[in-house]
Amino acid sequence: MLNYVLRRVAIAIPTILLLVVISFVLMYAAPGGPFNSERPLPAQVMANIEARYGLDQPYWKQMTTYIWNVVVHFDFGPSFQYRDRTVNDVIAQGFPVTLTYGFWSFIVALVVGVALGAAAAIRHNSWLDYLAVGISIGAQVLPNFVMAPILVLVFTLWLGWLPGGGWQGGQIEYIILPVIALSTSYMASIARITRSSMLEVLNAGFIRTARAKGLPTSRIIWKHAMKPTMLPVLSYLGPAFVGMITGSVIIDVFFSTGGIGQFFVNSAFNRDYSVIMGITILVGVLTVTFNLVVDLLYAWIDPKIRY
Amino acid sequence: MTLKTHLLAGTAALFALSGAAHAESHAMMEHPETGEKLATDQSFTYRVLDEFPSIDPNLIEDVEGSAIGRQLFEGLMNQDEKGDVVPGVATGYEVSEDGLTYTFTLRDDAKWSNGEPVTANDFVYSWQRAADPATASEYQWYMGLMKIANVDEVIAGDMEPSELGVKAVDDLTFEVTLSQPLPYFPQMVTHTTTFPVPQAAIEEHGDAWTQPGNMVSNGAYVLEDRVPQEYITLAKNPEYWDAENVIIEEVKALIINDENQALTRYLAGEFDQTDVPAGQFPRLAEEHPEQAISVPNLCTYYYNLNVSESGPEALADPKVREALYLAIDRDVIVENVVAGGQKPAYTLTHWATAGFEVPSAEAAQMSQQERNERAKELMSEAGYGTDGEALTLDLLYNTSESHKQVATAIGQMWKQTLGVDISMANMEWQTFLEERHNRNYEVARAGWCADYNEASSFLDIMDTNSSYNDSGFNNETYDSLLTEAKTSEDPLPLYTEAETIITQEFPILPIYHYATVFMMDETIKGYPLENAQDNWYAKDLYRVAGE
Repeated sequence: MLNYVLRRVAIAIPTILLLVVISFVLMYAAPGGPFNSERPLPAQVMANIEARYGLDQPYWKQMTTYIWNVVVHFDFGPSFQYRDRTVNDVIAQGFPVTLTYGFWSFIVALVVGVALGAAAAIRHNSWLDYLAVGISIGAQVLPNFVMAPILVLVFTLWLGWLPGGGWQGGQIEYIILPVIALSTSYMASIARITRSSMLEVLNAGFIRTARAKGLPTSRIIWKHAMKPTMLPVLSYLGPAFVGMITGSVIIDVFFSTGGIGQFFVNSAFNRDYSVIMGITILVGVLTVTFNLVVDLLYAWIDPKIRY
Repeated sequence: MTLKTHLLAGTAALFALSGAAHAESHAMMEHPETGEKLATDQSFTYRVLDEFPSIDPNLIEDVEGSAIGRQLFEGLMNQDEKGDVVPGVATGYEVSEDGLTYTFTLRDDAKWSNGEPVTANDFVYSWQRAADPATASEYQWYMGLMKIANVDEVIAGDMEPSELGVKAVDDLTFEVTLSQPLPYFPQMVTHTTTFPVPQAAIEEHGDAWTQPGNMVSNGAYVLEDRVPQEYITLAKNPEYWDAENVIIEEVKALIINDENQALTRYLAGEFDQTDVPAGQFPRLAEEHPEQAISVPNLCTYYYNLNVSESGPEALADPKVREALYLAIDRDVIVENVVAGGQKPAYTLTHWATAGFEVPSAEAAQMSQQERNERAKELMSEAGYGTDGEALTLDLLYNTSESHKQVATAIGQMWKQTLGVDISMANMEWQTFLEERHNRNYEVARAGWCADYNEASSFLDIMDTNSSYNDSGFNNETYDSLLTEAKTSEDPLPLYTEAETIITQEFPILPIYHYATVFMMDETIKGYPLENAQDNWYAKDLYRVAGE
């Protein structure tokens, strides 16, 4: 087990380095630059700015300096767009926000999704099944960029119950709408996967045996059916969790939460190279980490899997 | 002293205190000049599109950042509700006879928020810092535009910042030497780049001096709180020299990227001001006539025609260019497409530019039917159009729903009137800028906003050497008119003449003159609706009590 973890970590390092190199190349291949604007700057002014940010160095040197600073000093450099902040500041400010609403969205999506899916499978072809399938299809076809404005229209403009945006340090009334908007489509996917997986499990031989033994249904579900049902759900949850905690630009844009998703997209439009790199690395590291966590959880759920 | 008198004295003091407090709150109930009843809540909250790249005056590069800079800091001169120059930290200025030396006299009661006096040295430090290559401010170009002596050498690093043509004669006298006379120089010092910055705070905190707690400022407000991508809050500065006449106690900007979302939240009463999304002005003006506001904004929307060597052969013919110019039905664009109180543009310079008289472009006097007839004639004279050679033009714009709508409408007009086929292409902003600047296009969208309220701020862009002359327009008469205007006593006729050249040569096709279209709570008063640059000062605003 420990060997396996070490091996995975060893593979992760070159993976992330490769990610850095590819991102760097793609970034510089895109037309434009961080200081291009509608009114082109006089050459001398541009030269002064490029010198300050080291953009006058050859690409290979910029890249190696960058990697060195990140690895050795854990310094992701200054933002080119936000002059009084570093990339570390941007991440330190935005990531906790995203982590908060992402975490709660994950919990909501997981609990509601699994409950809906399981209920539908257990009462297969009953009204409960149709209702659950109906809800999950409804949630799936309503993308969050449709959900978000509708939620604000209803809960802010019409009912006046909740603020239409802002974060205010993460007070509960500011979290509710983003969590609903972000979790619904994930919830729908989890419900569908849970339902089909559980239907398959419930028809398996060992469940029939358990029923034949006369075990109560609740015990069959909780003790025997739940774990194998979760296997396909789990492989979906890893990337979904990373997706949620690294933020959604839609949520950030519509609810002005100040999360990291918005910085990610804006930095691409603004060619804010250091912010693009910083967030790419963050997402990369998180993805690699949670894929590993999911793989380890597999072994815990399914005794057939050994490392 | 007996216990009794002691008590009495205390009570008297208490009465005196409460009396004073009462008098003060009473005084705040009415506006000192207009006598209007004031609301108890004196806050102003507005929406901005995006996070401010910087709130350091020397580094500010955007309109919204400038608005914050104007509240936190105060420059030599301010603008009044009409955009005219009025005293700020300086009580006035004198110009030498040759127009090369400006001497500003500073008021003696101007203070920083830490109580220190604002002196001429603060301006010297700020201007040197703005031009210093090490500061790497994008607005070094603006310092260059001000023609301060030695500024180009300082920016190039050939001279020390200390050699810039600025001097503190004494604490209250600030002297600027220019390399050439600049009639609109006082107008230019209302811009944030020229505002004083606190040397001690900058040296102590470095780049972090703009964080709450570190910032020292000299404007009517101080920085209270800032959460990037969420909001910025400013509080009234008790040290400001004119603090007793400042009514708004708190200014807050909320950063909301999506304009429709912002509008919904505005309508829910969350804040006082927001932009109107394109096309929604007529509906909002009908539903909320007191709140929907449209005022001129010194920007022009136009199309570049590539008249350089890389451009298509057809566009080298002035007749084709004029035909394209005439066949745009601008009334349809302003009334049905953008629909926010914009005005049809037949000239580059905005109609509301100070002192500028729009030359009577012939086309502006005709009806659209006459214009279309004339356009058809020109097109067939050039050998194109319905009875000539088929012509297809590429039209490039940066990705945006409203640019697309304008392009679609104009493409249709050209197709119907002139038989010209338009193939539209859109590009993401940075890619678009690069393609247009490299002249890899035939027709391209453009927009230009004046940096200062003077016609040259528009006309300069079509100078042969201008970095924004993406059309590749090259006209010696035009260039020499502009050069002459720079030093002329009365430049206006020269500007009009230059503008006439554009409406004879058509390197660009002006489409409309912008308007700023926004919703503002009707209790907010004092907003400078006649300032065509939309330079507002929160110190001049106030909120009246609702009915």
